[in-house]
Amino acid sequence: MIAQKNNLSVAMFSILFGLIVGAVIMLVFGYNPISGYVALIGSAFGSMQDIGGVLTQMTPLILTALGFAVASAAGFFNIGLSGQALAGWVGAVWYALSFPNMPAILMIPSALIIGAGLGAIAGFIPGWLRAQFGASEVIVTIMMNYIFLFLGNNILQNTMSKSIKESAETTKQVGANASLQMKWLTDLTQGSSISAGIFIALLMIVVVWFIMKKTTLGFEIRAVGLNPDAARYAGMSAKRNATIAMAISGGLAGLAGTIEGLGNYLNFFTQNGSPSIGFDGMAVALLGGGSYLGILGAAAIFSVLKIGGLGMPMSSGVPFELVDIVTASIIFFVGARYLILLMQKRIKAMDEKAAVESANKKAAKENKNPQKGGE
Amino acid sequence: MSFMAMLSLVISSTLVYSAPLIFTSIGGTFSERSGVVNVGLEGIMGMGAFAAVVFNLTFAGQLGAATPWLGLLAGAIVGVLFSLIHAVATVTLRADHIISGTVINLMAPALGVFLIKVLYGKGQTESIGQDFGYATVPGLAKIPVLGQLFFEKTSGPAWLAIFVAGISWYIIFKTKFGLRLRSVGENPQAADTLGLNVARLRYSGVMLSGLLGGIGGAVVAQSISLNYSASTIVGQGFMAMAAMIFGRWNPLGALGASLFFGLSQSLAVIGAQLPGLKNVPSIWLQIAPYVLTIIVLVFFFGKTRPPKADGVNYIKAA
Repeated sequence: MIAQKNNLSVAMFSILFGLIVGAVIMLVFGYNPISGYVALIGSAFGSMQDIGGVLTQMTPLILTALGFAVASAAGFFNIGLSGQALAGWVGAVWYALSFPNMPAILMIPSALIIGAGLGAIAGFIPGWLRAQFGASEVIVTIMMNYIFLFLGNNILQNTMSKSIKESAETTKQVGANASLQMKWLTDLTQGSSISAGIFIALLMIVVVWFIMKKTTLGFEIRAVGLNPDAARYAGMSAKRNATIAMAISGGLAGLAGTIEGLGNYLNFFTQNGSPSIGFDGMAVALLGGGSYLGILGAAAIFSVLKIGGLGMPMSSGVPFELVDIVTASIIFFVGARYLILLMQKRIKAMDEKAAVESANKKAAKENKNPQKGGE
Repeated sequence: MSFMAMLSLVISSTLVYSAPLIFTSIGGTFSERSGVVNVGLEGIMGMGAFAAVVFNLTFAGQLGAATPWLGLLAGAIVGVLFSLIHAVATVTLRADHIISGTVINLMAPALGVFLIKVLYGKGQTESIGQDFGYATVPGLAKIPVLGQLFFEKTSGPAWLAIFVAGISWYIIFKTKFGLRLRSVGENPQAADTLGLNVARLRYSGVMLSGLLGGIGGAVVAQSISLNYSASTIVGQGFMAMAAMIFGRWNPLGALGASLFFGLSQSLAVIGAQLPGLKNVPSIWLQIAPYVLTIIVLVFFFGKTRPPKADGVNYIKAA
């Protein structure tokens, strides 16, 4: 309990400090921080469409952050979330476009399974290679990010048939049978690209929490992550659990990519680099400090800053990169929690000292008084 | 194209693509040998590239052909300053090394593009006036055959990088400083008991990674991308990190791994010009380096072992 309370206050302080860093930078470069932040809030919450944008942004970040967290719990540094998401994105869109007449009730679940499955395979490979051969998952996932990037673009440009492509660089939009967008949500948010993906993401928070905290599998994964030797001694298979954790991690990233494809963009287009949702999801997981509710909160903050930042150049002239600097600073302070805990300790000590001093004074006064009276 | 011309094309473009990886992966080696995991190499390279481009655009008129070399210095200085964030966070403030490295990676492109917008009013710079181009190493180029292959129309920074790799190997394995650096990366407590200043050694490890990573970024900017934008450094830092692990935290190993990555990257770029590879679909050339890396890693290297206290904060007993 105390640790959790500490986590929350560290997060709050970090956000405050991050915003202060942003304000100082704006001041130094001659922008007005107040109008900058007003513009940020305005463009994140100004209309239902903006709120829809924030929720759309949050969706994949929640999933990739969950993916990062599961891999971390098993002792893996999954830097390949981007590639795993891309695998899901390309696969799901390709599949959806190939069967335009399949009814939605079949199409949507199968497309989600295919997307998540491709991500899971993409996560399984580095997991298995490390479990079996000791190959560093960091190298393998970095390399696989490139492989998926080039393969994805190549499938789009050279393998997909012309009939499902809008141009050489973009696929057609997926049909209504595969789209995750819902009319009432779209209407409610004035045409933002929000989709049922947000509900899937929220559901997955609960599912992943349940798996990791309430099942034998989750317990074994965490045990293996904390101490593989002890876990093996207790009869758990370190290799099996580590591999499963990486597959779950990749599956969540694949789901994130699938929702980008079938919910947000409704197509796939040539990528210039690995999708940023992978690296951003890592940042969200770190900001969330290993708690599942923390991931939700961190994804919300991250997305508010991102969407709000888009409106900053228009009304206040501040380049929108500022919000990335703020985000990075927030995570810096979360990482350097020692600084904040130290400060809190100092403040507490000062409070106590002040309390003791005032009590002493009071006592001294009271001591004096009877002396006076005694004279 | 004659065989010699082909060979010399492959060698020179391999060197061009390897140079930034060599510098940066050796930088990473210094940091991790001291016990600080540095996933922020990508960000450090980005700041190095930024500094070099701004320096180059500002001073190319006065400094002429020396500009790119001095640009390396600019990249190095900014790299060191930027790496200090990582050092302060991990060594002094006991932050998780992965978190701090991620901060560096998030911060660098944002800060770089922000400053570019403030300085030039747009998201990417003009092309630089003076780039590295191709250099001929005086003297060595006269050697028959080999001179023509390796030292004529070659990449200057790559030879500097190879030289730095040798020096770094000597520093890490043959000097007192190197021994101390390695000892705080393996067992900081024992090192501390023997009177070594763990924090100072770790700071120097991280700052060396900033120095070399900044140079690596400056090399990319001034010999490959020739300008600065958010997409100047996309993944080279991670690639360098892979080279560091591949090279088993040894500068010469990192050199070899970087040359291997450079060769495979350059084949994807110049493959179309080579007769044997002309008919291979470009996608195979594009993914070959990465597939090959995984295969080599799995079958020939197996388990890699980082320094024992790599990524572990040392909290001195009060």
